[in-house]
Amino acid sequence: MDKYTQEYTISQLLTEYPFVKDFLEDHLIPYRGKEHLTLDAFFKYLDPNIIEENAINPDLFTKSLVEYIDLMKQYFVSNKPKQTSITIYPGTHKDGRKESFDSIHIKSGEIIAIVGPTGSGKSRLLADIEWAANDDTPTGRTVHINGRALEPHERFSSSNKLVAQLSQNMNFVMDMTVEEFLDLHATSRLVKDKETIIQTIFNKANTLAGEAFTKDTPITELSGGQSRALMIADTAILSTSPIILIDEIENAGIDRKLALDLLVSEDKIVLMSTHDPILALMGDKRIVINNGGIDSIINSSEEERNILGKLEALDKTLMTLRQQLRYGKTIELKEEY
Amino acid sequence: MDLITVSGPPSSGKTSILLRTIEHFKQRGLHVGVVKFDCLFTDDDVYFAKLDIPVKKGLSGSLCPDHYFVSNIEEVVEWGNNQNLDILITESAGLCNRCSPYIKDIKAVCVIDNLSGINTPKKIGPMLKSADIVVITKGDIVSQAEREVFTMKVQSVNPKAIIMHVNGLSGQGAYELSTLIYDKDKHVATLEGEQLRYPMPSALCSYCLGETRIGKKHQVGNVRKIKLGDS
Repeated sequence: MDKYTQEYTISQLLTEYPFVKDFLEDHLIPYRGKEHLTLDAFFKYLDPNIIEENAINPDLFTKSLVEYIDLMKQYFVSNKPKQTSITIYPGTHKDGRKESFDSIHIKSGEIIAIVGPTGSGKSRLLADIEWAANDDTPTGRTVHINGRALEPHERFSSSNKLVAQLSQNMNFVMDMTVEEFLDLHATSRLVKDKETIIQTIFNKANTLAGEAFTKDTPITELSGGQSRALMIADTAILSTSPIILIDEIENAGIDRKLALDLLVSEDKIVLMSTHDPILALMGDKRIVINNGGIDSIINSSEEERNILGKLEALDKTLMTLRQQLRYGKTIELKEEY
Repeated sequence: MDLITVSGPPSSGKTSILLRTIEHFKQRGLHVGVVKFDCLFTDDDVYFAKLDIPVKKGLSGSLCPDHYFVSNIEEVVEWGNNQNLDILITESAGLCNRCSPYIKDIKAVCVIDNLSGINTPKKIGPMLKSADIVVITKGDIVSQAEREVFTMKVQSVNPKAIIMHVNGLSGQGAYELSTLIYDKDKHVATLEGEQLRYPMPSALCSYCLGETRIGKKHQVGNVRKIKLGDS
């Protein structure tokens, strides 16, 4: 049937493809002590009671194993282009009118704000990008990645998922420390230099967070700001998805400018749905959505950038006041603002 | 009529996902019907009925719901065909994580959620391992990293499945799911003679037959003992 199950012994498989160990264990295959056999031979002599007890389907298992090895090999191939571009071609508004732009081009390192009232179609635009729409979604838009439409298998592949998402109400639910958590994620991404990467993410997260945390803090005990800081640093550095969707970064306890800078420095495309003037002005462009379609595209002007300076100063004042409150000081506000 | 079997652990979001997906089918003018299988209680049929589509529910009561499913699916398909449906969806909760209601050559969708813990993919048997499409829900409330780790765990027990993330509240991903699960050229006239993808667990002991007393002398049939070692 296949070389992996007919020619390789189990121990050869394990040496060549170390991830097969987890696969065997996840499928409850009692292979220990039988490593000298090929999988085909192993299943031939396996006690039918064990097959039933562990719900093993040898035929399905061997087929899956072959797929899994091929799939995991893709993870190791690092010929993915680091630069990514998205081109959006127009579809229609809810009322059937054609969207009025020719095309929108976004490339790695750009920050795009998406603005529009609730229910206007922001999520649909983000979904069109995530799915790499090909005139087959309700808007009729076409989205090209690196200048071409994606093949069906690329759309469904979880190894090159296009989009990573950071949303407002995310939490950590796993019961482990910061270090264990980062280790688990790094392991699942098959990164080579785990220790260094874990340390980098940890340091970055601490610069983003208002209050420092340690590596042995349980992730479920992190404050809102610390959690978000860790999620952002982890996504920027460990996630392979070239596009990051952000659904409003909350103000409290995190340096948002640093967070965006970090994402962009990792060559991510950042798309954020926001109504916060500071975040929106940090973007290179704003896509305005109304009535299900893209109404206009605004490039941030020089004037607007000047306002951004003032807004950031205001924001800083607020942050300072927060710090003062946190450490039990009385609040003073200078009148210059 | 195309037939789609959807299953997944209780409260994983099967019904929410289906409600969102069916809305998209309806917008395309497709005639959809649902049969919901459950054990003791369900009012999900009320939610489906609100979409103004034909819906039936089957409660297995004292029987194993998956055994109940397979004993009734033939009649359910006949009902769907009599209703002139384009798509018939069956929804059932895999209660002991061991059975799976999937049928050879019939599209099988398994719904699981990000909150269920990273070892859950390993605990769920054929229901997850032999599904064609795995839908992962509740992604909006966990971190990106947890989503990625969870997806990897699912992939390692079922590498050939298409894994999709769908949000049952906002409906994000439901449109895409609707394009994946329906095949307009597939016509299921009858299931007579078709086969389950995986056998149901063998169980025929005195307790299956209503025994309530505890103790060796009351246990007959397929009884297996826990290994506790020397005491």
